[in-house]
Amino acid sequence: MDDALIPEGAKRCAFPIFMIGIVIVGAVLLWGVYAMFLCWFKGLNQTNMNDYYGFALWIWADLAVIAVGGGAFFTGLLKYIFKVDELKNIINFAVIIGFICYSSALLILAIDIGQPLRGWFIFWHANVHSMLTEVAYCLSCYFAVLTIEFIPNILENRQANKVPFFHHLAHNMHEVMAVFAATGAFLSFFHQGSLGGVAGVMFGRPFAYREGLLIWPWTFFLFTWSAAAFGPCFTLLVTKITERITGKKLVGDKTINLLAKISGWMITTYIIAKIIDTIYWAFVTAPSMGFKLSHFYSNNGLYGYWMLITEVILCGVVPGLLLINKSTRENPTTRTIAIILGVIGVCLNRWVMVLQIMAVPVMSFDTWALYIPSWQEVATTILPVAYGIILIAVAYRYLPVFPQELELNESADAAAQNG
Amino acid sequence: MIENKKVHKFGMVVDLDKCTGCGACMVSCMSENNVPFKEDESNKKDSITWMRVYKLTNGKSFPETEIVYLPRPCQHCGGIGDHGHSPCVSVCPATATDYGYDTGIVSQIYTRCFGCRYCMGACPYHARYFNWWDPKWPKGMENYLSPNVSPRMRGVVEKCSFCYHRYQLAREQAMIEDREIEEMEYQTACTTACPAGAIVFGDLNNPAHKVHQIVKPDPHPDPMNHKVVGKSRNPKVFRLLERLGTNPKVYYMSDREWVRKAGDNYLKGEWENVKTHHGASSSHG
Amino acid sequence: MFPFCFEWAWDMGHAIFFGGFWYAIGILGAGMTYCFLKAAYDTINDNGDSHH
Repeated sequence: MDDALIPEGAKRCAFPIFMIGIVIVGAVLLWGVYAMFLCWFKGLNQTNMNDYYGFALWIWADLAVIAVGGGAFFTGLLKYIFKVDELKNIINFAVIIGFICYSSALLILAIDIGQPLRGWFIFWHANVHSMLTEVAYCLSCYFAVLTIEFIPNILENRQANKVPFFHHLAHNMHEVMAVFAATGAFLSFFHQGSLGGVAGVMFGRPFAYREGLLIWPWTFFLFTWSAAAFGPCFTLLVTKITERITGKKLVGDKTINLLAKISGWMITTYIIAKIIDTIYWAFVTAPSMGFKLSHFYSNNGLYGYWMLITEVILCGVVPGLLLINKSTRENPTTRTIAIILGVIGVCLNRWVMVLQIMAVPVMSFDTWALYIPSWQEVATTILPVAYGIILIAVAYRYLPVFPQELELNESADAAAQNG
Repeated sequence: MIENKKVHKFGMVVDLDKCTGCGACMVSCMSENNVPFKEDESNKKDSITWMRVYKLTNGKSFPETEIVYLPRPCQHCGGIGDHGHSPCVSVCPATATDYGYDTGIVSQIYTRCFGCRYCMGACPYHARYFNWWDPKWPKGMENYLSPNVSPRMRGVVEKCSFCYHRYQLAREQAMIEDREIEEMEYQTACTTACPAGAIVFGDLNNPAHKVHQIVKPDPHPDPMNHKVVGKSRNPKVFRLLERLGTNPKVYYMSDREWVRKAGDNYLKGEWENVKTHHGASSSHG
Repeated sequence: MFPFCFEWAWDMGHAIFFGGFWYAIGILGAGMTYCFLKAAYDTINDNGDSHH
């Protein structure tokens, strides 16, 4: 039915089966869209946020998708600037994942603000000293970069590519992609960092506050670094899931292992920096404000030391070591465990840097504040996931996303034909 | 712009030993500033109270139990070093909250705020409130709204303004008559409503004002913590979370040591060293 | 965002922040303009060598 749109030589499931999948995920998407409109029309009273939790589930989701979407800029940087050519086999997919993550982040922000129609004030009336301003600017600009990086892949669709202008446009955009990738890396460095800065500059919140370099708290650098480290983990994880669902090998092991190795070294170096930062904060910064480390991890029902240990050791040190060690990296099981742990780790870090900050009491007579999100918050947080699945499904079906797909599945196809 | 003859630094001191916790300050504040309320106000985490009275206890059992009520308006922080970079002002992405260098008052521009709530996260005092609902008043009550204060719309942050409209009125009158504002011409609603006279408001820069005489603010950075400026030289006076360097303009006063200690966080043994440390002239007293 | 917005100040903070911003926007704009013009030129001349 849609054969003319499917990349030449590629095997795809029958159109009705594809549509059944889309409809199921689409139903979840519509649920999220319904919740989104409730928030827009009825206001943020639809959420369980309150004056203690001005930042809650959405901001965590926002920070988390941006962190895991960091795979796009980092892979782009390696491919186009550092000329790691092997990554050409996964760059298209990394860009699509990044595009989904960043469009989701912008959507979440649009739902999260109390006066969505005034969203443009952040640009127009910018306070250049606010980390959030930097986030908004770099995020929007980087989303433009991702769109630019995604366009050639869309234009390579079999039918679109027949149009001479589109064909030439895609070609020319490929030619100058290094310029866009460099700009993207520049913008990513600042928005990933300033997301960390959002927490780190809050000197009224000893759990969040960090000292730093010039105007940038240490969290600025830790966030950039962690996004570059764990972003590729997410790219690999989504690749793995896509391979599982499609039943095909889509990216060669050489590429996978290379990206896993780079990610492993980035995670290991990041986690060393993170441990140093945590120790300095626990023994110098927080005590200088009158807080013992135990203050942040006791007297409440959720946030204990287990959170810190899970984030730093189980989901930081462990995946780092598994990925730098050749044998565990090249073993698909341990590699998958490592990338799952890594993705959980970076998401947990963002959770801590958003929600635990809000939960910890600062005034001596204040109390811990815990919160449970409303269904509207959950639905709008799942919305980007459903949207992402649909976009990946459509892109995989109609665009030449994986350059190695035909080559890697040749023998299987031949066997099937012979059989 | 109206020319300012002098840079003010408005602030207040609350005598916690006089406060009975009656809540008149909260009521007068809500009424003066057109603060909306919910039908069900039982969830205090999302109801708006520019002035909120906290109840503190010394944690001891009867008969040694002591209770103190602590009214908490916006602290109008001057930020680290008192340079005007308050925790909230410095983070607002849309310049919707601003520090008045001529008054020391932290303002909130409701029509500029787009409701990102970053300022709420940055404020350790929970002095900032979000309008989760459309503002509503029972029928007929709209007639009692103050014409000098604009009601806020859903989706924006609001907070205590030290009754800035009262300052504006006093300033205009003083300008017409070509003179300085008198101390009693500009007083906040909570100050005037307090039946115990626990709240004293005025210009911390003006030695003739009572607030200055009580607080005796040290204009120099605290030698023990350079982030802190304006530390009180009065041994009974303290500020909330002073160590963070937020430099609030709301001071508290109490004869009781445990109350003063409750104003900040201290590691074991630290209080003994700092409890006698005050502003410059009597430092390490 | 622009010098005519009243909170604009001709200070170092604004120079660095908006300098970086307009620089990035400039590169993206110029890059895309180049791609579109070159694609239009290639289409008209249809040199057909654009395989990659």
